[in-house]
This record gives sequence, C-alpha cells and structure tokens, in this order.
Amino acid sequence: MGMMEEPLGKTDLVVRFAGEAGVVTSAESLAATAAQAGYHVQTYATFPSQILGGPVHTQVHISTTPTLSDGDDVDVLVAFSEDGFNNHKDDLVPEGVIIYNSGEFDPPGDSQSFGLPFDEIAKEVGNARASNMVVLGAIAPLANFPLEALKAYVTKRFTRGRPGDEQIVEANSKALDRGAEAARKSGFSLTELEPAVRPDYEQIMISGNAAIAVGAVQGGLDFYAGYPISPATTILVWMEQNLVGEDRFAYQVSSEIEAIGAIIGAGYNGRKAMTATAGPGIALMSEGLGFAWMAEIPVIVVDVQRGGPATGLPTKTEQSDLFACMYPAHGDVRMPVIAPGSVEECFYAGALAIKWAERYQGPVILMSEMQQAERSQNIPKPDLSKVIATSREVYTGDNGYQRYEADELGPMPLPGGPGAYVANASEHDGMGDSTHLPIRHIRGMERRFGKLKLLNDGPYEIENPTAAIAVMPWGGSKGTVREAYLQLRDEGVDIGWIYTMTLHPLPEAVNDEIGRKELVIVPELNYQGQWSRLLRADGFRATSITQYTGLPFKVRDLVKEIKQSIEAHKGGKVLV
Amino acid sequence: MSDRNPEYDFKWCPGCGDFGVRRALEWAMEAYSEKTEMPMSNSVIVAGIGCSGNLVHLTEGEQPFGVHGIHGRTLPVAFGVKQARPEINTIVVAGDGDFLSIGAEHIGPAAQRNIDVTCVIMDNGVYGLTKGQASPTTIFGTMTSSTPFGKLEAAMKPFEQYLAHGVSFIGSHYSSRPRDLAKLIGEAMDHKGFSIVHVQSPCTTYNDTFDLLKGNKKLGIAPQVYAVPEDHDPTDKRAAEDMARAPGVPLGVIYKEERPTLEDLQEDVRKRARSRTPAEMVDTYTI
Repeated sequence: MGMMEEPLGKTDLVVRFAGEAGVVTSAESLAATAAQAGYHVQTYATFPSQILGGPVHTQVHISTTPTLSDGDDVDVLVAFSEDGFNNHKDDLVPEGVIIYNSGEFDPPGDSQSFGLPFDEIAKEVGNARASNMVVLGAIAPLANFPLEALKAYVTKRFTRGRPGDEQIVEANSKALDRGAEAARKSGFSLTELEPAVRPDYEQIMISGNAAIAVGAVQGGLDFYAGYPISPATTILVWMEQNLVGEDRFAYQVSSEIEAIGAIIGAGYNGRKAMTATAGPGIALMSEGLGFAWMAEIPVIVVDVQRGGPATGLPTKTEQSDLFACMYPAHGDVRMPVIAPGSVEECFYAGALAIKWAERYQGPVILMSEMQQAERSQNIPKPDLSKVIATSREVYTGDNGYQRYEADELGPMPLPGGPGAYVANASEHDGMGDSTHLPIRHIRGMERRFGKLKLLNDGPYEIENPTAAIAVMPWGGSKGTVREAYLQLRDEGVDIGWIYTMTLHPLPEAVNDEIGRKELVIVPELNYQGQWSRLLRADGFRATSITQYTGLPFKVRDLVKEIKQSIEAHKGGKVLV
Repeated sequence: MSDRNPEYDFKWCPGCGDFGVRRALEWAMEAYSEKTEMPMSNSVIVAGIGCSGNLVHLTEGEQPFGVHGIHGRTLPVAFGVKQARPEINTIVVAGDGDFLSIGAEHIGPAAQRNIDVTCVIMDNGVYGLTKGQASPTTIFGTMTSSTPFGKLEAAMKPFEQYLAHGVSFIGSHYSSRPRDLAKLIGEAMDHKGFSIVHVQSPCTTYNDTFDLLKGNKKLGIAPQVYAVPEDHDPTDKRAAEDMARAPGVPLGVIYKEERPTLEDLQEDVRKRARSRTPAEMVDTYTI
C-alpha cells in the first residue's frame, strides 16, 4: 500500500430542497445522478399529511463513503418558496450556500444566498418543466459536482423512444448549463467534493419499503392483503403491481381487521402471507395477532412506524410502537420482532420474517419506520443465492394427527390433505378442540413460548467487547448512532457496539454480551425509552437517550448525549 | 370430533336448533364431497364465536378442516382461505350475534367481491352463550338480561341487508327440517359466488321460538314458516325485496344472481400480470 493522500476536499455533501412543488423530483434526480456517478447516496423526505402542496422538504446526502445518516447540516439549501427559505436557513453550515427562486420571492439581504428565477429560465430554454434542471445545474459548480453526470442522467431519463425526446433532452441540458452559468457568476463556491470512487460491486437504488417487499418475495411470500395507511401504503401498492401473478395473490381489503384475518386464513391454507400497516393498524390487528399466536398460524405483519399515539404524526418518523409490537395482544404473548436498521437490512429482514414465521409456525412482526421506508439509498445488489425461499413442510401421514400435542413442532396439515384439525383461538387439545383442563393450558403456554428458542440465531454485530459500556441502537436509528459511535471511538472514548435487528428473541451472543455490560445506552425515537425498559425488565442494565420530535436523530446531538450518559453512569447516576 | 374426544365438554342445550343445522350441514358436505369426488377434507369450516361456532368441533363422521377463531371475524378468515386456494370448499358457520353485530362490517365487502364462500347463519335472536342478552335480530321491546326495560332498537332485517349489499345467493330456512335444509345448503355450495343460508335456529333456553315458527294449533298460533311459492322468481330482485319485507320465514331460495366471482376475476388478472421473478424485481432497481 502506498501513502494515502489526505483528501483536500469534502467527502460529504448535503443538499436540501425546501418548498412546495418540485422538491421531490429535484432530490430524486440529484440522488440518481450522484449514484450513477459512483457516490453513495441517501435521501430523506418529510411531507405534510395532505394530497398536494404544503411544506415539503427533501434532503440528499452524497458521500464518497457509504452513507449512514441523513446528514446533520445543510451545505446547499435550495429554497423554492419563501417559507422554505425561512424555515430551513438556520440549518445551513457557516460556509454553505442558499439558492432561492427569485421568480417567487426576494429575501432580505443575506450574504449566503443568491437568487435564480428557476421557472423563467426554464421557459426561456423552451421547457417549462425543466426548472428542476436549472436548480441542479446551479448546484454542480458550487460543489464541483460533475455537470456531465447530470447531462448523462438527463439524456438517459428523457430518451424514451418517443417523438420529441430530442427536444426535451436539449432543453433540459440547456437548463443545466444556464443554472451552472448563473452559479459561476454568483461568485459563491463550496469546498470541492472529492471525486467519487465507484464501488467495485453491483448496486441497486431502492427504498426501505420496496426492499422489504422484494426481500419477502425472495423469501417465499405468495399472499398479501393490506389496507392503505401512511407510511406503509407503498408496500400495498408494490404488491398489487408486482406480487400478483401465477400462484401469487395481493389484494386491498376493507380494513386492518380484515387484513389480519385474511392472512391468517391464507397462512392456515398453505400460503406465506403478509400484511403491512402502521401503528393504528397494529392496534386493530391486536386480537388477530393473538389468534395467530394461539392457533399457531404463520403470518407476517410489517409495522412501518410513524408518530403516535392515535392518528399522531402520520407523516413523521418515530420508534414508538415497540411495546405495541412485542406485546400486541391480550393474554400472555410475546411476538418475535425483527427491526432492520438500514435499507439493505430491510431486504434481508423481509426474507427472514418469512423464514421465522414458517420455522416456529406463528406470527412475526417486522418493524420499520417512516424515515427508512421512504428513504432511497444505493446499496450492494442483494445476493439472491444467499436467500433461499422458504417452503412449508406439509403433513402427509394418516388422519387423526394431533398437530398441537407434542412439545416439538411437527409439519402442518394442509386442507384437502390428511390430518384434518381445527385451528382454534380457544385453548385446545392436540387436534384443536376447545378444552378447559389446567394441564392443557399449562402445556399450551409452554409449547407456544418454548418454540421461540428456534429463533435465537439472528444476525448481530458486536464491537469493542472489552468496554464496560456499550451503545445499542435499534431499527432505523442504527446509521446515525453508528456515525456517532465511530466519532466517539475516534475521539478515544472506550465504548462498545452492540446491534441486532432481531429484537426478540435476541441472538444468544447478544444476550450474553448485554449481560456482561455495566450499562447499555439505547438511543431511540420515543418518550418512554421503550427498548431500554424492555431490556431492564429482562434483567439488563440499560438506559435510553430519547427524542420525540418526529424527526431523526442528529449525529452531533448523539455524540454529546452519549458522553453525558457515560459521565452520569461514572458519577453513579442513571439517566432514565 | 366429539365422539373421539372425551375432553371436549361443550354441549348444546337439549332441543337446541343447532343440532338440526349441524346434521344438515354434514349431509350437505357429504353430498358435495360425493358429487365433486373430493374428500371431506377439501372443505374448511370457518366458525364464529358463540354457541353456533361450536358446530366445528361437533361434526360427526369423516372430518373437514376447521378454523375456530375470534368473535366476528369469520368472513376475513374465509376470504383468506378461499383466495389462498380457490379449490377449497369454504364454509362459514356463525350466529346472529357474531355475523350481524360485531362482524356486520365484513358482509358488504364479501358480497361486493362475490367470493365463492357459503355462509350458514344460525339465528336465534339472542346471545345464548353469554346467557341471554339482546342481539341484532331480537324483536323491539323484548326484555332480556341486558334490556330490562325492553329492547329499544328495532330488529335488524337480515334479508334486506343481504339484498342491499349484493349477496348473490340468499336462502332462508329453519332448523327443524334438516333434510330440506341440507338441500338448500347444497344449492348454496353449488352457487358460484357469495351465498348465505339464513336459518332460524331457536334457543330453547333464552328464546324458544319453535311454536312461533311451526305454529301451535292448541295455542292458536299460526306458523311463521312457509314454503317459498313455486311462482317466486329468485332472479327477480324486486320480488326478492318484497319477500324480504313481508312477515314470516320463507323456506327456500329468496334471491339468486349469476355474476363473476372474485376468483374468476383474479384468474384473469393473473394472466395479465407481469409475474416477475425476484431476480427480475431486483434488476428493476439497478443503477
């Protein structure tokens, strides 16, 4: 290895688009271009709960190394509207630049911004819809982002084999040039972005929700029923468009209550069946989840969390459904819970959920969250050969089979075949007939909890195990916490890292590792510190760093709060 | 499964209408099995919660598959069973409390989709298992344990509801003639689409309506039941609506309509769908 040259330029660029119209397209175009140029990209979007308009902002985090967080601070703010300007200008780094739509408004004197009449320029180049490209063209010279990459993107995107393609490509290219020219003339510039190092592996660009969907299908999913609810609707739409086909079924049903009933019926009748919802839907599925647990029917319920309780913050992010997902039903239950921490993990979590449901013959909850669901990220193309579709072992013996009798699980009978039984939500005997005998309830409870041990082999990460204190994120906060952890380690803080997406049951090694710690610090987006409470209930020493703003963590805040938590622990205090 | 299972200790009260309904359903399933040359195990009974739901544990002879789930949710489960594998003969058994009160929201979607599922509803006008509370079909003014001043709600009219929702086969009967009831359930199973056979199945403990249904000359009670007249055209919706509104309990087919089932439409959708493999799905996200 030769001497590594210290990079002179920036390794990260964060661009935020704020306003009402156009921000989503602009962000998507920039993200796609950056990914094609070889950068690592992660987007973040937040919307109001209304059909059109309202304050929207989207953010693109471009990096020369794999992105972990949404980016704390903004290098370039593109303000489409005056509200966008006012609401976001304070998030700009000191050396950052604001580009505002001077056709719409003129802010009071500001040394960090320059105006550009987005729409007028678009009209001048002959395509009123090219204003996004004016904006992207202006960003390029500021950050030394390759204009050619944007032109290549425009050519690819608008060459669709239709008459008029050429004119559209030309107008958009001109729009890019005009934006770039204006930016150069403005005199503003940022520190140069380091050139991209194109990864030597194949990549895909996908959202968390789509990754869950594809992963589940690769895992063997062949039945989906769902009801629209933010931010899980995109999974329903994906299934209707992609799952439906030979021997596969997807349907929009009339409620979450019907959805859980439908997948129980399908799971009973041989299908690998899934639904996806958000917190309010989990509440409605509560009784059904208890039914699936009691009657031992494999089903998968995805909870894409949003702010709660009740209707809560339907379009904002939160990690506040953990209690509801782990203990959704009355009576004694504790659901298996898988909570992926990145878009890439969403894919593998989708497949794992199917495998788990079949292996232990019961309901499995897959938890994601708004910011991860809607985020687009370029990730290594999943190696499908490593994800083998689960197929069900079906009972083939004689009639009179006692499906629920043994302590060990046996194959499930399939309607039409031998071994007819009743899948019963009441306490039952071996063939599923209702019973009130104490011995049956004892054996039933022990059987249903006992089989969870079949699931304690989830994937996990443990680093710096000698440290007395470890940080342990869960779910979609993983990336941001990871950045904070790496920064703390760089600063010489002796802290360990524990992570798994399988929150229940925990992998055995994780269980042991947590048990060895003086303290486990859990940053999580809820008020009560739900995961650390559950860990404490299981006898571990854990505390939380909480945030309940409807927004993701910032790395800077976490670095500070983790240090405070460590200090408090050393001082004999426990921050709960 | 009862004769093999001394542990299962649920019993219907002596004289309960549900005995007759169970026998009728067994006969109908046996006949269906013979006709289609499919084993009994090709039928799945999805049972509601209440006295009637226990039918799924009490069938005698060769056993069908069964699901005994949670209150009011027979139709969502039956929807899943049927769409998972349309070749399975899917039957719902539920009472008036389960089907028409807590579960009423599911009748509309099932009817509008015209799923090929047969429902056998046992209506006794009372919540029996919880010991005698008013149900949707309990008559206005009736005193029950939960309506000590008399029921303040008008009785629901199930047939009018079924017609309004677009149920494509509506049969009516009572529990005292299991041979005839079996034939009617058989017709409902043969019907391609969503069928309901609504059966008056009296509760001898809390709402004994046998005399009202059959009539009692000694007491001067005229029978409520009457055979559906031969000139009734079940494909005439207006005539069906008139019958639904008229007093009395018709015995036979009130309404019948042929239209595509959801399973037919799905078959067509599957042919038009892209049917991509997971690898092809992943490729659509390639940068």
